Amino acid sequence: MIMAIPRALRDMWANRFLNLVTVVTVALAILIVGAFTLFFVNAGGLLSMWTRQIRIMAYLGPDLEDARIGELAAEIRSLPGVGEARFIPRALALEHLRAEMAGRASLLENLRENPLPDAFEVHMAEAFLGRERVALLADQIAALNGVDSVEYGRQWLERFARLVDLFRLTGMAMGGLFFLAGAFIVANTIRLMLFSRREEVEIMRLVGATDAFIRLPFYIQGLIHGIAGGALGLLGLYAGFRFIIYRVSEDAGLLPVRFLPMEMMGGILLGSMLIGWTGAYISIKQFGRA
Amino acid sequence: MTVPAAGDATAGGAAEAEGGEPIIRMFHVYKRYGAKLALADVSLAVSEREFVFISGPSGAGKTTLLRMLYMGEPATDGQVVIDGINLSRLPRRRAPHLRRKFGIIFQDYKLIATRSVFDNVAIALEARGERRKLIRKKVRSVLRAVGMEEKGRALPPSLSGGEQQRVAVARAIVGDPRIILADEPTGSLDAEAANAVFQLLRGFHRRGITVLVATHDTALIRRTGGRVVLLDGGRLDVSTVIPPLPE
Ligand SMILES: Nc1ncnc2c1ncn2[C@@H]1O[C@H](COP(=O)(O)OP(=O)(O)OP(=O)(O)O)[C@@H](O)[C@H]1O
Ligand SMILES: [Mg+2]
Repeated sequence: MIMAIPRALRDMWANRFLNLVTVVTVALAILIVGAFTLFFVNAGGLLSMWTRQIRIMAYLGPDLEDARIGELAAEIRSLPGVGEARFIPRALALEHLRAEMAGRASLLENLRENPLPDAFEVHMAEAFLGRERVALLADQIAALNGVDSVEYGRQWLERFARLVDLFRLTGMAMGGLFFLAGAFIVANTIRLMLFSRREEVEIMRLVGATDAFIRLPFYIQGLIHGIAGGALGLLGLYAGFRFIIYRVSEDAGLLPVRFLPMEMMGGILLGSMLIGWTGAYISIKQFGRA
Repeated sequence: MTVPAAGDATAGGAAEAEGGEPIIRMFHVYKRYGAKLALADVSLAVSEREFVFISGPSGAGKTTLLRMLYMGEPATDGQVVIDGINLSRLPRRRAPHLRRKFGIIFQDYKLIATRSVFDNVAIALEARGERRKLIRKKVRSVLRAVGMEEKGRALPPSLSGGEQQRVAVARAIVGDPRIILADEPTGSLDAEAANAVFQLLRGFHRRGITVLVATHDTALIRRTGGRVVLLDGGRLDVSTVIPPLPE
């Protein structure tokens, strides 16, 4: 059975141009799917980074007593998921506002009284990040006695998450499409190889070779198409990734951009092996019936 | 000159005469290709270690009869039993194991044009999953036996007809078969080459292999003598035993 490998390789070498084209085609499919995955991985990273910076502003009602404010601080801190809750008195908030609007300070000069409410700035504990959890916590805080309203980057967060979902879906659809396309290309190549070997296949049958023995080299060829195409595609993706990082290196320092993690590359390689195997399977099934 | 066999067209007579168990038995076998009846009601027994000629004019069904034996094609009707195995009950996936009992020399040789003589012979052992070292040893030895050891690297199309025939013989014998089926093994050869191939077959027979030779070369049959099964229009005509010509 070990001899099936040299048999497969010899056949591939005899048709090297065809096989090269097949491998490159599979590589392109893997490259495109990999690019999507790469985007997704990094978008996910960005999302969680931004989530980490999310804070919930809880604006308090007017005329709360200091004692109630102290109680509120304790109540907020005791909610599960709260990492830190800082009280921002309205006077401080106004000061911040003034500092921010330094150029147009005159706008605020005529204010007779401070229009801003007291507020708590709430940060999430690490383990409690995530869109749904932030929303839940915001609701809980809003329900507390003395809290007028809460505010966080809800719409923005949701829009971004929807975008990521859309990309994920598109990626999966493209992945499926490219899987089929790749399998089809491999099937076509293997069909040609089988056809060019049909005399030999027939003779092997007559001298007592089992179907498994006859088919094995063709499955190996499909697997080689898959592995080589997958590796080449990932290599191309990595090269493209490095190139882009190099081009925008100033920004890259700020963004947590990274290449695909090991297990994902393994998954993609396995997927591309499956492409090769499926291609071989399809053409062998057809050939067997012919 | 011809001595009719004691029995009928079932041709069991010779088998019993030699006292062996029949290794090949055909019971009322029919083979139809579309409207064409290639074999009609053929019954035959061949015992182990027998040497049998299948003779008859072109189109008589000789090749078809051999095909029935190694499951080259299924019989349309009737039963074929090889070494106790009823082929009509043998699942398709077991066919390879049945075929390994045979060494087959095809009428058109069936050599792979793009592979060396060595590889062409080796394929019969590769198909059995033999180890490479053993394959090399056995292939060298059979190529020597057929006088082709110098041509191991040659491609079949570069060989003469007689040389190709000898490669086909080497491939048939390399797997130590129980039965050799030789379809017109001397068909396109001159007398000398034909004789060389024929002597090889004789030698295998002496070593205990059952040999079936399909041929319309009556001169060859007359020269060597032996049991002859005559086919005509797909029907078994007579089974005769021809005594060899005195030297
Ligand atoms: N695959 C096939 N399809 C259709 N007809 C066939 C097929 N094989 C054989 N025949 C027909 O069956 C008959 C017997 O053929 P077969 O090849 O057995 O003859 P043969 O005795 O071997 O002849 P020859 O001496 O020429 O080799 C012929 O009429 C042939 O045309
Ligand atoms: Mg014939």
